Amino acid sequence: MQPARTEFRTGLRAGLPLLIAIVPFGLVTGVAMAAVGIPAFEAMAMSVLVFAGASMLAATQLIAEGAPGLIVVLAAFIVNLRLLMYSASIRPYFAGESLGRRLLVSYTLVDNPYALFLQRFGAHPEAAGKFDYFLGLSITNWVGWQASVAAGLLVGNQLPTAWKLEFAAPLAFIAMSVPLLRDKAAVAAALSAGVTAVLAHGLPLRLGLALAAAVGIAVGLFTEKLLGTKA
Amino acid sequence: MNLWLIILGMSVATFGQRAAFLLLPARVQLPAPLRRALRYVPAAVLTAIWAPELLLQKGVLSLALGNERLLAGIVAVAIAWRFRVTFGTIAAGLVALHLFDWMF
Repeated sequence: MQPARTEFRTGLRAGLPLLIAIVPFGLVTGVAMAAVGIPAFEAMAMSVLVFAGASMLAATQLIAEGAPGLIVVLAAFIVNLRLLMYSASIRPYFAGESLGRRLLVSYTLVDNPYALFLQRFGAHPEAAGKFDYFLGLSITNWVGWQASVAAGLLVGNQLPTAWKLEFAAPLAFIAMSVPLLRDKAAVAAALSAGVTAVLAHGLPLRLGLALAAAVGIAVGLFTEKLLGTKA
Repeated sequence: MNLWLIILGMSVATFGQRAAFLLLPARVQLPAPLRRALRYVPAAVLTAIWAPELLLQKGVLSLALGNERLLAGIVAVAIAWRFRVTFGTIAAGLVALHLFDWMF
């Protein structure tokens, strides 16, 4: 590819178009956290320490419902299981890097940079400058995310409830999930998980989410086997 | 205080998930069946989060025209499916919500 410094700048720039997706999502998250009364300092602490938007939004909804802390953490874990998958899939590209660099990649590993990184290096696992590109990409993504959460927190309490902005949270999840449905097995996994979540809504301790995840995975695998395709 | 425990728990869990394979020695691999299963996690979990928000009204299943969240959600799903845009999906869903609220 290119020398390290050039890769770093390429990464920084490559992250810019992602902001169109990141900023509204960060705003929605900030607004939601402010709306349920999470203080700005704690909200920013969560944003910096956790740095995984979907789980923050899910946690915010649960905190608003008064769910026990352990349930909130468990729900976040389930929502973020995909990060475990990313970690496994991206490892070969960073296996030769220092511990510090691998820790940095771990901290910043989220959906959009992951996808963009694989677009560039997926076919060139041995190419130089991988870390520098990922770092540039992640810096743009991180700054854009934190700034938009902060902006959401700032305006959060002042927006009129008549705007029904609380509905932006489920809409953000729709915007995240629907583009993932690229094959029949994924569609089957999503549909069955959605139906299960609705039917199991009354279960205590938010078991509905875990159950929905399990049913969705099983149906997805079964559909894949039935159709004999590998997605 | 409880909020800080939640933040701490989420941070440790999330960082652990991300770091797991980046820090483990290369010979530790996810078993292939588990890897296949994990592929369906994002679609399943993210859908399971929004589906009840659209289909339930006060905890009861509602498929009526009066459920404007469901109607607006259908619009949002259609936009997301066709155009794969975050901002457009959220904006269209909010506009549709107000429109259906006014109509029905």
